[in-house]
Amino acid sequence: MAAPTPELEPVIVAFCCHYCAYTAADQAGAQRLEYPSNVKIVRVPCSGKVDALHMLRAFERGADGVLVAGCLEGDCHFSTGNLRARKKVAQVQRLLEEIGVGPERLELLLVSAGMGSNFARAAREITQKIRALGPSPISEAIAARAMNRA
Amino acid sequence: MITAERKPLEEILQSVSSFDRILIVGCNECVTVCAAGGRKEVGLLASALNMSMLKAGRPVQLTEHTLERQCDPEYVDELAQLVTGADAILSMACGCGVQELARRYRDKPVLPALNTKFMGAAERPGVWAERCAGCGNCVLGVTGGICPIARCSKRLMNGPCGGSGNGKCEISDEVDCAWQLIWDRLKALGKTDLYEQNMDAKDWRPAGGGGPRRIVREDLTE
Amino acid sequence: MKTDSVLEKILTSGQLAVTSECGPPRGSDPEVIRKKGELLRGVVDAVNVTDNQTAMVRMSSLAACIHLRQMGLEPLLQMVTRDRNRLAMQADILGAYSHGVTNMLCLSGDHPKFGDHPMAANVHDIDSVQLIKMVRDMREEGTFAGGEEIKEPPKMFIGGAANPFADPFELRVARLAKKASAGVDFVQTQCIYNIPKFKKWMKGVCDRGLHEQVHVLAGITPMKSVGMARYMKNKVPGMDVPDDLVKRMGGVEKKKQAAEGIDIAVEMIQELKEVEGVAGFHIMAIEWERKVPEIVERAGLLPRPST
Ligand code: SF4
Ligand code: SF4
Repeated sequence: MAAPTPELEPVIVAFCCHYCAYTAADQAGAQRLEYPSNVKIVRVPCSGKVDALHMLRAFERGADGVLVAGCLEGDCHFSTGNLRARKKVAQVQRLLEEIGVGPERLELLLVSAGMGSNFARAAREITQKIRALGPSPISEAIAARAMNRA
Repeated sequence: MITAERKPLEEILQSVSSFDRILIVGCNECVTVCAAGGRKEVGLLASALNMSMLKAGRPVQLTEHTLERQCDPEYVDELAQLVTGADAILSMACGCGVQELARRYRDKPVLPALNTKFMGAAERPGVWAERCAGCGNCVLGVTGGICPIARCSKRLMNGPCGGSGNGKCEISDEVDCAWQLIWDRLKALGKTDLYEQNMDAKDWRPAGGGGPRRIVREDLTE
Repeated sequence: MKTDSVLEKILTSGQLAVTSECGPPRGSDPEVIRKKGELLRGVVDAVNVTDNQTAMVRMSSLAACIHLRQMGLEPLLQMVTRDRNRLAMQADILGAYSHGVTNMLCLSGDHPKFGDHPMAANVHDIDSVQLIKMVRDMREEGTFAGGEEIKEPPKMFIGGAANPFADPFELRVARLAKKASAGVDFVQTQCIYNIPKFKKWMKGVCDRGLHEQVHVLAGITPMKSVGMARYMKNKVPGMDVPDDLVKRMGGVEKKKQAAEGIDIAVEMIQELKEVEGVAGFHIMAIEWERKVPEIVERAGLLPRPST
């Protein structure tokens, strides 16, 4: 793997549940709590609705990290969506391992709507972690192909 | 239904390593229900293959298609166009589907992406267990509706063996002793007298011992 | 007499029979089996020879039986349905009989999972009850399983196994009844440690009159150490070792545990001799054959009847 390139910000896709994580992210924004702008928020109705394929496709299209954010355990608006999300994240992590994309690039985050600061902190942490890991081998391969074509 | 599991990605990659255009074909029947080879799994495999190939610096063209039923010539015909544009077909159906594709598209390599496992039923979400071995001469009527052939680890027709303990089979605490289940069910049915009727040595011809099996229904043949 | 078996003669005469067993070597040296056999000469009436016991490859039971026969001993051919189909089994039965082997024990066998070839196919063309029936039909009807006539049918004295300690307990007498109706002549039981449970089973056997159709040989295995007692209690499927026995073994110092195990075996035989329906003893001293003479002698079972 190439050495981390400091000037390059990692692309992180965060699937955020409408009832908690999205609100928390929104709140973080409103309170001007700093969280990195490279975290692309995708609003979903429930973390349990984020399909394994969504997570995988994010990597396939060049994301360096993916965050699935849902409600705290016991707080899911649809009762157990967040628990399903946990299992799917684990499934995709196994698949990423097989593909050779570090499974640690995919994370599950459980927050409540009122935890704007927690969300901001988690977003900063994952950004830092991914930055340390460097670009994903897939985003690198995509970039390399684009260069060759140019 | 027929159950299956995806092969390790590495094995699949190895099998398609010499092809540039790969058609991945799922099936909407059993393998969809057991989450091994339906539309969704076709998508996941395509994405995983695409990333693996990108990473290896050898991008390929992947086409996804899921048939209504891959073991049926009528549906398999649908693929003709897509097959023309592919160097190889990666089938995500059970072994019957794979073979039907191979029969229909003779000059195209057809590779299995799944390991076909057994005829079974869902025990609970995410867990499937073997139920029938297709022996061709069903004895469920005298065994309380529990199959000794598929579910007893030693295929005993007159069990239980001496290893049955606490309702479990001697091979593992995870496996119920089929003969305990049979006995319990016979009791519930008030049919324990059936137990002492010895079952004769089985004729394995209908089970495949007589060579590959076929069913011919004259009323339906053309 | 249905056969020329010495074991049958003794059992039919109403005397307590004694059998023991010999595990063939995991190699081709016949001396191993000869040595074990020699230890048992004059001490037991027949010597079981195990068939790929615990699903580990060993010298074939048939070949080892022939070695014993050539020494003038009375072998008892064990046969499991796990490794061979009915063609192979019948062929071996003919071959065994041609060498003067007249006793058999029909078993389904341990699952390959427990042995050194867990990847091997599990044959189970027929099960132990069906094997009993097949050997009986060979003897009584003079026919092969496929229905055709046998020239010079083998006349085997037919044994089976019975495990009074496996589950479901309520089925264990019925399972023996199945073997009896299939044509079994005698059974050897799983090692007995839980005497009250064995007596309960035996009573069920006698209540149905099965002891009059089938000779029941009580299985005895001396324990070498408290470790072995614990292992059998916890690890061996279908084995029932009561806590007080484990405690008794553990209560004596390590050096004396083996002697304690022999004492227990002798006491058990003494007690079981008095149980209605017990027709003899099957002493399985696994890799400890040299202790069999002592046990048999101390249990008052010597000399063996001359036949
Ligand atoms: S007896 Fe035969 S047909 Fe019936 S369930 Fe068992 S294997 Fe299937
Ligand atoms: S324990 Fe039960 S299921 Fe397992 S082999 Fe014995 S009889 Fe069959």
